[in-house]
Amino acid sequence: QKATVEVLDHLEHLALVDFRDAEGVERLQKAIQFADQLHEVNTDGVEPMDSVLEDRCLYLREDDVTEGNCTNELLKNAREKVEEYFVAPPGNIPLPKLEERETFLQGS
Amino acid sequence: AAARGCRGVWRRAWQRGAGGPAPAPRGQRAVACNARGGAVPAGKSGLAPWVPVVGLEIHAQISSNSKLFSGSQVQFAAAPNSLVSFFDASLPGTLPVLNRRCVEAAVMTGLALNCSINKRSLFDRKHYFYADLPAGYQITQQRVPIAVNGSLSYSLCIDNKMSQMVTKTVRIKQIQLEQDSGKSLHDDTRNQTLVDLNRAGVGLMEVVMEPDMCCGEEAAAAVRELQLILQTLGSSQAVMAEGQLRVDANVSVHHPGEHYGVRTEVKNINSLRFLAKAVDYEIQRQIEELENGGTILNETRAFDSKLGCTVPMRDKEGKQDYRFMPEPNLPPLILYDAKSLPANMNHQQVVNVDWIHERLPDLPSVKRAKLVERYGILPEHSFTLLNEDGLTEFFENVVKQTRMKPKKVIGWILNDLLSYLKQHSLIVKESPVTSFLLADLLNLLEKKEISSTAAKQVLAELWKGEGKTPFEIVKEKKLELIQDQKELEQICQAVIDGQENEVIMMVLG
Repeated sequence: QKATVEVLDHLEHLALVDFRDAEGVERLQKAIQFADQLHEVNTDGVEPMDSVLEDRCLYLREDDVTEGNCTNELLKNAREKVEEYFVAPPGNIPLPKLEERETFLQGS
Repeated sequence: AAARGCRGVWRRAWQRGAGGPAPAPRGQRAVACNARGGAVPAGKSGLAPWVPVVGLEIHAQISSNSKLFSGSQVQFAAAPNSLVSFFDASLPGTLPVLNRRCVEAAVMTGLALNCSINKRSLFDRKHYFYADLPAGYQITQQRVPIAVNGSLSYSLCIDNKMSQMVTKTVRIKQIQLEQDSGKSLHDDTRNQTLVDLNRAGVGLMEVVMEPDMCCGEEAAAAVRELQLILQTLGSSQAVMAEGQLRVDANVSVHHPGEHYGVRTEVKNINSLRFLAKAVDYEIQRQIEELENGGTILNETRAFDSKLGCTVPMRDKEGKQDYRFMPEPNLPPLILYDAKSLPANMNHQQVVNVDWIHERLPDLPSVKRAKLVERYGILPEHSFTLLNEDGLTEFFENVVKQTRMKPKKVIGWILNDLLSYLKQHSLIVKESPVTSFLLADLLNLLEKKEISSTAAKQVLAELWKGEGKTPFEIVKEKKLELIQDQKELEQICQAVIDGQENEVIMMVLG
């Protein structure tokens, strides 16, 4: 399976990664190849496993208030704050379309 | 299209169709649903009728002390970022720990809505970027939710009269547990967003209703019944004004016999009234658009309550890819019943569906049936009683304290008490006339010490809340019925004497 420019562009939009150069794309390509080996196993009739924890008991917590009340500590991490609010940009700034942004993928 | 206001759309909708009725007066439904449930509003003469299809996604905040996956408190209107744990802020090294109470709330709700409870359900991550979602994903149940395939019955009045009610059912596709996000406050003047994470991580039950509804009134009635059920169960306080119950509507239209049309999602609906308006507006907008040869975009629209219309939400990002993946930090959620109960497990770790089922309170529909049976009132009366917080209790208290038949008492409750409360925007709890005072008054009436007209006068006095008893008011205003036979004869004679001519006319026939 080859990672097409469309897929790479889609990934850059979704995950805000920057493949940067041919080496970055090649690294992804190798990772896909590595994972594709899974297809060699016949899994007909086998339930997919998504966690090694699947047989463990999901611990249930009592509904008690045991945390919170640490506003100052949390706000220490904020680059900018207003009173006790975190400050963020006005909205999501989507990555410009492939044709409109400077990316290694343009040339591919 | 931008210049055309919402009022223009309403008026055109009503004028369409040969000899159509005048523009809908306020309070009347714009889209009439026929008895079979499919709405068939008049199209342009010659064109086929339209069938609107409405589905709902409802998010109800779980009523619990702490959050779904952390021990920080759940509380409305607290100091910003004071109810936030390290996990809620998505600091590295923190893990989700499931709150048992939230699981029980979801099971209760699933059972009340006739769902199959999945004894094994799974958690997933739904990824998207937004400032109030610190982790960059929401933990939800996309693959296998906790409850599926239920139903909700609700009632509607036909023709806006309370005298004829029809029962409808909407299928519940599923109920899933998921996290709420934080709150964003948009500061346009300084071009920034202020983020408060107090709400981030609060437990939600998402209830998905299949597109079995056909107009705004049905949608509002279904949500109202769900609200009453949630409040009865205590699984959610479901107060829309406080954001504890949020509704998104999915709306589309198609011609009978054809496949479903493209649907739009309508968000930002803050009350039942606006829900009905938003849905009806969107149906009408889509019909107009299609009849004018346009197409419907599969988009998200926001309801503008001031203008009474829906507008496209600025969505520069295109279709979202949520990259669902299993939540690796949470094993499957296993629920038990009487049969599968494990012998050696700590009670605290076990959620027994049968145990919860046995302890479900009477649902609104059962309560109504009991009221009708016990007191001989009409079904529509029972709806009104349950619809007003505290009214059923008030009614039952009056009945307990008076000899007047419940069938008569209900008239005083619904016609006099309730209309007064509505006029003055009071809730039952705030009524200056207590159940004790009303019962007192009705006893005077029942003992024939006063007439019904006099009773209404006394009631008017009681509203003033001056602390006088009905008996005192009757004495003060001399409203007692005269019981003395001789006195009555004297009065009648005096009237006859004073109207000689009329008497002669009557005798002559």
